[in-house]
Amino acid sequence: MSSLLNSIDFQYVIGALVKIAVFWIFIMLVVAYTVYAERRVLAVIQNRLGPNRVGWQGLLQPFADLLKFIFKEDIIPLAVNKWLYVLAPIIVLIPAMMVLIVYPFGPGDVPLPFGADISHTLNNLGASFGMSWNIDLSKINLYVTNMNVGLLYVFAMTSLGIYGIVVGGWASNSKYSLLGGLRSSAQMISYELALSLSVIAVLIQAGTLDLAKIVEQQQGWYGFKWNIFQWPMFLPCIIAFSIYMISAIAETNRVPFDLPEAETELVAGFHTEYSSLKFALFFMAEYVNMMTVSVLATTLFLGGWNGPGVETYKWLGPVWFLAKVFFFLFLYIWLRGTLPRFRYDQLMDFGWKVLLPAALFNVVLASAIGVLFL
Amino acid sequence: MEFSHILFLGLAALAVVAAFNVILQRNPIYSAIGLIVVLGSLAALFLTLSAQFIAAMQIIVYAGAIMVLFVFVIMLLNVRAEETRMDKQKYLKWLAAPLFLALLAEVMAVVRYVNLTPQPLPSANGAANPQEVLGTVENIAFGMFTDYLIPFEAASILILMAIVGSMLLARREKKEDVERIENALVAQQEEEQKYEEEVAV
Amino acid sequence: MVPLSWYLALSAVLFTIGVIGVLIQRNVISLFMCVELMLNAVNISLIAFSRLHADRSGQLFVFIVMAVAAAEAAVGLAIIIALFRSRETLNVDEADLLKL
Repeated sequence: MSSLLNSIDFQYVIGALVKIAVFWIFIMLVVAYTVYAERRVLAVIQNRLGPNRVGWQGLLQPFADLLKFIFKEDIIPLAVNKWLYVLAPIIVLIPAMMVLIVYPFGPGDVPLPFGADISHTLNNLGASFGMSWNIDLSKINLYVTNMNVGLLYVFAMTSLGIYGIVVGGWASNSKYSLLGGLRSSAQMISYELALSLSVIAVLIQAGTLDLAKIVEQQQGWYGFKWNIFQWPMFLPCIIAFSIYMISAIAETNRVPFDLPEAETELVAGFHTEYSSLKFALFFMAEYVNMMTVSVLATTLFLGGWNGPGVETYKWLGPVWFLAKVFFFLFLYIWLRGTLPRFRYDQLMDFGWKVLLPAALFNVVLASAIGVLFL
Repeated sequence: MEFSHILFLGLAALAVVAAFNVILQRNPIYSAIGLIVVLGSLAALFLTLSAQFIAAMQIIVYAGAIMVLFVFVIMLLNVRAEETRMDKQKYLKWLAAPLFLALLAEVMAVVRYVNLTPQPLPSANGAANPQEVLGTVENIAFGMFTDYLIPFEAASILILMAIVGSMLLARREKKEDVERIENALVAQQEEEQKYEEEVAV
Repeated sequence: MVPLSWYLALSAVLFTIGVIGVLIQRNVISLFMCVELMLNAVNISLIAFSRLHADRSGQLFVFIVMAVAAAEAAVGLAIIIALFRSRETLNVDEADLLKL
């Protein structure tokens, strides 16, 4: 037993768990308020008021929605495949949330206020138990981990989320769900290719897949040395950015690529037969996916936590990061209020016949420029 | 009994249980889900063996693309649960378990006589943590594009052949093809008839 | 440090399960999945040996094996679809004549 306890590095484990808890609560709040923001912004675009009754200006609306979802009757239709029907929302949500451990919220050496005092107190506490702890909380890093294969991890979790949709659509035993599930997952697989290829331009410049290091390489020019402005790769990076944005919208099943779950087309697509909390899980997973692609866009193309003033005031890093992520989320909501949706065959044609060749051409261009100038 | 031992035993048990699920389930969808669980636990085991890139590749390629293909085909062909061979030929039930144990004993006997002293990992160019260098993207990429370039290019040509081949094999027969074949058969029969008439004359 | 023989034992068990699966299963798609199980058992064995000898060749081999498995799965499933269209069954026991 003592060898078991000795073989675990408790400081690292507990630190990671605390960070995961803090980040998870934060991401859940951001997702909930993205739903609220979407309803208000869509209301402004459509010349009406959004929800503004619950709390000041409707700010407590997400909690009211959550309570409604919890207390709704949980219907399981008779003809469904019970195991897979219950498992599908879980399969969608868990990989979507697992990505948050690689989000680089801020620099790697942010000074924690009262960090030295807290470390001192904890070390004394440990000494009073006879254990010699060596905790140093004066500087913390604002990411849970910086994996060597961070970007591949993000793509892996995105690939796993497809199963929930196809299994949920099939298990519901209804033709709308099956069609919606198959179409949605086929669309996600097709646009995943263009998404992954478009990122290569950034990787050739960065030379690493580690998201924290990619952001660190964008420091400079008073916080504006972003990947889309850097010499020599600014042209491939700008093309890659446009391809990435279009593929990201298709990947998360948002307008204008949301035929598989549109209300006027397929009842509600793969989540037709889902009610109350299971539907809430699907809904939450879609918004967490939106958050993931927004975070990836700011990390790879817009410089992550870089901005004016971050070298001196390290806590401005997360502020800039969140500002850019919120800009992308606002862009998604804006597109939802403005554009009509594509037909399914137009969507698939666009993905395979336009975006994929464009992404391949971009890879060749980025490699050529990389060989010549890097 | 360290934590890494417990982690390995947990993941290995999960993999074995899911593998039994793959072979014993009647409904192919449940077999597919079992196989996805096996792939996931194997990816975690690759991580414990310092193979980060291969673990990520396993999830992206195997569990994220190949198994999606399997699941799509099962759904498109609407495959239902059937009787397994063990229901039809009942003597197989008594034959499967001893066969399993015999094969397992044979493979374990081979494993027993391999020299298994672990060697320390190389510190590639004086890296700070030599244990982590073995499976990193840089190391694998360096090997792939220098020593193993030809297998890499051959694999890419193989995948191109697979794309073209699978599209060709799985497409429906077009009406023009069917008509062309029928016309060719009719023309051949007419030629044979003419030949027989000439011979008879 | 987990002894390497444990990984090889796991690989042996998974491979044996795959072999028995190929002999038991009648559905041709499940049969194919048992073949993929065997490929994965070999993958874990290769990675374990790569770690033992501190050589990245094992991991590169696994990468190529994964690429080959992907190609094989695509073509195999296309063949299965073509078979299903002509025979209307996915039962390997009923595919015992060369004539369609």
